[in-house]
Amino acid sequence: MRIAPTFNVALRALRRNKMRSVLTALGIIIGVAAFIAMVGVGHGAKARVEAQIASLGQNIILVFSGSTTTSGIRTGWHGAGTLTIEDAQAIRREVPGVIALSEEVESTTQVAAGNQNWFTRIYGESADYFDIRQWPLADGAPFTPQDVRSANKVCVIGRTTASQIYGNDDVVGQILRIKNVPFVITGVLTPKGLSTHGVDQDDIVIMPYTSAMKRVIGGYRLRNMNVQVGNANDLSGAQQQIIQLLRQRHNIRAGQDDDFTVRNQQEIVDAATATSRVMTLLLGAVAGVSLIVGGIGIMNIMLVSVTERTREIGVRLAVGAHARDILMQFLIEAVSLSSIGGMLGIILGVGASQFLAWKFQWPTLVSIGSIAIAFLFSAAVGVFFGFYPARKAAQLDPIEALRYE
Amino acid sequence: MNNGALVRLIDVHKVYHTGEMEVPAVRGVSLEIKRGEFVALMGASGSGKSTLMNIIGCLDRPTSGHYFLDDADVSGLDRDQLADIRNRKIGFVFQNFNLLPRTSARENAELPLIYSAQGLSNAQLRERADRVLDSVGLAGREDHHPSQLSGGQQQRVAIARALINEPEMLLADEPTGNLDSRTSVEIMGIFQQLNERGITIVMVTHEQDIAAYARRNVIMRDGVILEGHAVSKRSNAAAQLQHGTAQRPDAQQTHMTM
Repeated sequence: MRIAPTFNVALRALRRNKMRSVLTALGIIIGVAAFIAMVGVGHGAKARVEAQIASLGQNIILVFSGSTTTSGIRTGWHGAGTLTIEDAQAIRREVPGVIALSEEVESTTQVAAGNQNWFTRIYGESADYFDIRQWPLADGAPFTPQDVRSANKVCVIGRTTASQIYGNDDVVGQILRIKNVPFVITGVLTPKGLSTHGVDQDDIVIMPYTSAMKRVIGGYRLRNMNVQVGNANDLSGAQQQIIQLLRQRHNIRAGQDDDFTVRNQQEIVDAATATSRVMTLLLGAVAGVSLIVGGIGIMNIMLVSVTERTREIGVRLAVGAHARDILMQFLIEAVSLSSIGGMLGIILGVGASQFLAWKFQWPTLVSIGSIAIAFLFSAAVGVFFGFYPARKAAQLDPIEALRYE
Repeated sequence: MNNGALVRLIDVHKVYHTGEMEVPAVRGVSLEIKRGEFVALMGASGSGKSTLMNIIGCLDRPTSGHYFLDDADVSGLDRDQLADIRNRKIGFVFQNFNLLPRTSARENAELPLIYSAQGLSNAQLRERADRVLDSVGLAGREDHHPSQLSGGQQQRVAIARALINEPEMLLADEPTGNLDSRTSVEIMGIFQQLNERGITIVMVTHEQDIAAYARRNVIMRDGVILEGHAVSKRSNAAAQLQHGTAQRPDAQQTHMTM
């Protein structure tokens, strides 16, 4: 009924004390801006990690040779080579849902062409690798299953390796000497840039794993396998079957630890994003605390304002204001302060995220969700911290309020 | 139905509790004020006149006794019901004006309408405020803030505020207490004019010469009514202003205690 005029009265009072209103709202503005920027940075970091892991390919199961303890997933991955080519063939044959598999070996070594040389990583893979990793070629063609079967001396190289050795020259068809074995370059990969760990993913030479084992690295054990499943629903089933199959093939008795490690992509995503999730929570919590501090600022000013305007409240009561009208007036003042502060904070926060993103080449993701949360929270802060001063005002006795000096 | 009495107090008591002590402020007052009267309520400080005024103004409730305003018993109403009665039937004028600072005369005058149930539009509010400001001689000053107005003008804004809801009764608590003598006479002139037009006025004052503008004086002492009498030699503010004799007759008398 009388809400509209009460709104006017409250907004007029705020306008009458512009400086004070702005300073009071500043607490909320900073709180909300910090919340949005921090959560944005956190989400951005998480999204970046997820994007990196998604670039592994879709529905991937990674099988590493060597066992791990439950706490240290990285120990032993590169250790004892326990996976064999026969293991890979068995998985291809016996595990349903598997649509692609790439046997992987890895080494770092010197490569050379003409009078140039370069120290780089050598990956041995199957022909499926480029599909599994969704890694198309920029130029030329990948090696074929026939190349893998015959252990042909062919390879595909990354952009960094290419430019280090050949400069801007066309590299397809050129000869690259790896450990003095001449390999024909069949293609150049599209650049991927840095990984989350800061490794240049384009500093690479990929060749058939058979060629790598026979001619470059030696040995007959695989470092790991990249297994791709056709359907996301089959992922965990296939994972279980791979474990059973490998335990059987490796003659591991019940109760003994695996001598290999199987991880699916989701587990890797979870592990990698756990840190950034905790960070986001922490940053959000700090920003939330500053919102509460802003709320206390509002309560403080509202209490001052109620005392200062005791006579005004007396007059309003004398000319017919109900206690509820006075309560609403001061509550609307507090909520207006906090929600206008909230809106300005949102603008500032989005701006700050954009600035951070631009300045530090840092991904930030401002979600509608975090904006909504920040706004609702700031309005709620106004209601919560405005209620006590407003009730104090509403409960004043008109006679005493009129007499107040 | 109406026997002509706007205010009917029947054996009204008011006791204040200060800690363990009971302080009686009004001790059995019966008083009738008819429609169209102009009553000056007089008495020294502590005589209970302010308390009685607060009860008549529905700002306070009697501890015992009955108060009929416009034939309705208001002694048992709650806070919000009293607020509605104040809004509809009573206009207040205070000694220190009690205008909202940094707020235009128009917005000050509009104040009671904001809390009335009439639901007027902003344009209607404005129109009514301007009309009532004009009627107290403030045409052209609607946008002035209290700090830009003289004491007399501020009191006129307060009178405009009191009149805007067309109340039955105007209650004035020492309305000339902060004004010089000429301005006081001007304000009394407005009161007499309003009274001629039929508005009932109850005014608290301790100044004899101001009380002389009323039609009846009621004198209180120690919480009871000492005497009440019609004013025999009534001052006429309009005539005084016209003849330039708007000075208080006797400065000695001004602060005389009763």
